Amino acid sequence: MAFILIVGCGRTGAAVARKMLAAGHEVSVLDDDPLSHDRLDSDQESSWEDAGGRFTIGKAIERDALVEAGIEQADVFLASTNGDNTNLTISQIAQKMFEVPRVIVRVMDPARAEWYESQGLETVCPTRYAIDVFERELSGLGSGS
Amino acid sequence: MYAIVVGGGKVGLNLTRELLDKGHEVTLIESRRDRYLKMEEELGHVVQYGDATELWVLERAGIQRAGLVVAVTGDDEDNILICQVARDKYLVESFIARVNNPRNRPYFDLLGIRPAVSATDLILRLIEHEVPEYGLVHLLDLPGESLEVIEIQVTEGAPAVGRKVSEIDLPEGSIVISVLRGGGGFVPKADTVIESGDEVLVCLDPGLEDQVTPQFANA
Repeated sequence: MAFILIVGCGRTGAAVARKMLAAGHEVSVLDDDPLSHDRLDSDQESSWEDAGGRFTIGKAIERDALVEAGIEQADVFLASTNGDNTNLTISQIAQKMFEVPRVIVRVMDPARAEWYESQGLETVCPTRYAIDVFERELSGLGSGS
Repeated sequence: MYAIVVGGGKVGLNLTRELLDKGHEVTLIESRRDRYLKMEEELGHVVQYGDATELWVLERAGIQRAGLVVAVTGDDEDNILICQVARDKYLVESFIARVNNPRNRPYFDLLGIRPAVSATDLILRLIEHEVPEYGLVHLLDLPGESLEVIEIQVTEGAPAVGRKVSEIDLPEGSIVISVLRGGGGFVPKADTVIESGDEVLVCLDPGLEDQVTPQFANA
């Protein structure tokens, strides 16, 4: 069992949080919007907290919020806020200041994702993935003439 | 020298003007369209529209040949990223970052983004230098006339709270000349009662601060 800290409780962060909790991991979620908590509860039989999840309200960049959310104990850190630059900054904080063993960061911009991947960050780029899928789907069209 | 300034707020715009005046080549990058259009009227092709955390925007501005990158947007993460990319990817020799929230300064240090300039820190340092005791501000020094005017924030539980001005134990050579309360100011009378949260202006002979301040502010 691992302790996973997920920063950013949007569609992606919340869905991953629920899956990881169901898989038996310890999961803590940090978001500055209290209403984002609803994404963790919807369609569930018990509330996020009753199911054993943690939720902290706070800004991703604030040291106190990260500590309260448990960054010092985290085995895995996921940065999935809606800001690429916030994700890239906090993931480097997690890596260098708190020495979290595994840090994964979502970056929407393919160019920045590629650059930071080459700098030692584990990046996930949904845009890159969508481009690849579109390209593959459309490759059946053959070449225009 | 070719400089790229990112962020066309007050700081970025005035910095761009100064650098141009000094004969440097400058590009200012602004991501807000309304700001960009306004500045373009004055600066023409010097200002470019775009998000400078996108690599192609930096490349379009010619970052490869820039000698200096100044990141002065209102977002600390953006400023960190811009300087980091400028330094590590484009090997820009000099860069300066603005710290908007002083609490983020450790992150600039952690990632080696130096120098990082924070207006809050600069002003705070000036205040600490100018104001030896917290809560007391020197408004005016008239050494020729041997007079000073100081402003003191009245704190809860201080001896003056709830007392009339005439009853406050002030030394010879000092007088309360104004009370600032609820957004307004007035000249007190002898029977004006001082409240906690007031700011009082006191005119005094130099050297009496140590006797005056404790009446209004608890140490």
